[in-house]
Amino acid sequence: MTTTLERPQKDQPTSDRPFKQSKRIPAGSVWVVWTLAGLALVTGFVTDLGGAKGFGLAWLIAASIPAMSFAVEGRRKATDRFVTLLVVTAFTVAVIPLVSIISTVFAKGFPVMSSEFFTSSMRNVVGEGGGINHAIVGTLIITGLATIISVPIGLFAAIYLVEYSEDSRTAHGLRFLVDVMTGIPSIVAGLFAYALFVLFFGEGVRMGLGGAVALSVLMIPVVIRSSEEMLKLVPNELREASWALGVPRWRTILKVVLPTALAGIVTGVTLAIARVIGETAPLLIIAGITDSVNTNPLEGRMATLPVFAYSAMMNPGVPPEPSIARAWGAALTLLIIVMALNLIARLISAFFSPSKGR
Amino acid sequence: MAHQIEVSNLNIYYGDFLAVEDVNITIEARSVTAFIGPSGCGKSTFLRSLNRMHEEIKGARVEGKVMSNGHNLYDSAMDPVDVRRQIGMVFQRPNPFPTMSIEQNVLAGPRLNNKRLKKSVADDLVEQSLTRSGLWNEVKDRLNKPGSGLSGGQQQRLCIARAIAVEPDVLLMDEPCSALDPISTSVIEDLIHQLKDDYTIAIVTHNMQQAARVSDNTAFFNLDGVGKPGRLIEHGPTEILFSTPSNPATEAYIQGRFG
Repeated sequence: MTTTLERPQKDQPTSDRPFKQSKRIPAGSVWVVWTLAGLALVTGFVTDLGGAKGFGLAWLIAASIPAMSFAVEGRRKATDRFVTLLVVTAFTVAVIPLVSIISTVFAKGFPVMSSEFFTSSMRNVVGEGGGINHAIVGTLIITGLATIISVPIGLFAAIYLVEYSEDSRTAHGLRFLVDVMTGIPSIVAGLFAYALFVLFFGEGVRMGLGGAVALSVLMIPVVIRSSEEMLKLVPNELREASWALGVPRWRTILKVVLPTALAGIVTGVTLAIARVIGETAPLLIIAGITDSVNTNPLEGRMATLPVFAYSAMMNPGVPPEPSIARAWGAALTLLIIVMALNLIARLISAFFSPSKGR
Repeated sequence: MAHQIEVSNLNIYYGDFLAVEDVNITIEARSVTAFIGPSGCGKSTFLRSLNRMHEEIKGARVEGKVMSNGHNLYDSAMDPVDVRRQIGMVFQRPNPFPTMSIEQNVLAGPRLNNKRLKKSVADDLVEQSLTRSGLWNEVKDRLNKPGSGLSGGQQQRLCIARAIAVEPDVLLMDEPCSALDPISTSVIEDLIHQLKDDYTIAIVTHNMQQAARVSDNTAFFNLDGVGKPGRLIEHGPTEILFSTPSNPATEAYIQGRFG
């Protein structure tokens, strides 16, 4: 039995204003219009109507929703529907290039793919045949080396910034330099690596390791920034809990902070790899291009997928068709590798993130 | 072995700001000492200075002496890491390590300090610590599940088990029940009663009834105004401080007229 205590009632003015009832367009008809607009868009790209006309037609169809709404539902609802239309338009405009790139690369690259394409190099190949084995090997070696160089440097720098710097002037300076470094054009990174290696090996040096150095110049700031953000997300309470158990600072970082942030750090590193694996300009300068498999990053030219695609496109030889087809094949392979890396990053972050299980 | 803590002329600073001024108090061994006072009076700051957690905040420093077991904790030869192994701490919000299971959380102290434990010793330590913190029966079937899956009160008892697994002499508790429901609170208060047979316990609380329920001695902190340092107004046996306080401010606070 609950007792309800009540305050003595005062006379309260009550309102006679009723809730306004408004008409609505049936949701089904709205979906029909959206579907029609989508069909018009797809038709525009697939048939010879043309993408631009299809897009315009789709937009006109979709624009009938706010118009109908204005007539039936009134001004406020119509504004809402108009803004929805604008947002959807912006999204579509952003997605069209992506879909277009992926479909073009698949359409042109897929026919050339075969087991020979992945297992043989371009050594002594003129015209048809040959493959990109040498470029895949080179890309994996150079990107792998770049990762081995960048991850320790980037991670330690991030640990310094978050755990030790106490927001000192040094830290502010370092952060500024990292931001500047993020904006370095990739060609400059390539020239830097080339100039560095010329100091040791003389003019005209070509080396896989040089490519790895150039890529790590691009990769390090990305790794620092993403790791820093992830370390900052670790609640300070966990650090304090560990210190209060008499655990020294460095061991707290190693055993508590890093495991908690691991998923985010690994995701950041994977995305940084995806970012540099398609770099062409720096590798063109320092790693060059070759027709043979070269597994020694300390000696001689090393082919990579983006440089291979570039040179196969620019110097196709006679007849040009097989070479251009191989360039598309290399582009598709690169695209698949990048997509796989993104997928792996997601899997890793799902797998490593601290679970909330019961 | 529980030790008493003698604090003399302790001034606690955040940068140039004097947060707590001139504290002199002896925290008795094998008893519970409660710190009460209005918000901002420096009771948590004082508690954190007792195991040198205070200095982890940028610019924070301390002047004066904190003696325990014949050593000044702020002696230049003392390593704060060693101090914290002797003087454990439980925080306001339960903070089990999210990457670790319940068992790993209890063993976090020894394991993170790289102590090698035999499996049987480790199992005993887990059971003993969880039994002492009153959690064993609730979690014994799911020791491998993450600690973050427990309820708030269970998490806080897990944190207490983690703190006593390193066998400290002193246990500091910074408002351990403020984030908990009444049932979990009473479980933890019972636990504090049992733990005081072996440990010196200092507890900060906003809740005067709680101070009256759990503590043997109470210390009242107050501050003269915003921006002024907090001071220890008076301290003594809980029943005396609550029935016949000598300072009018203490009486006003205890009766709920401010704070």
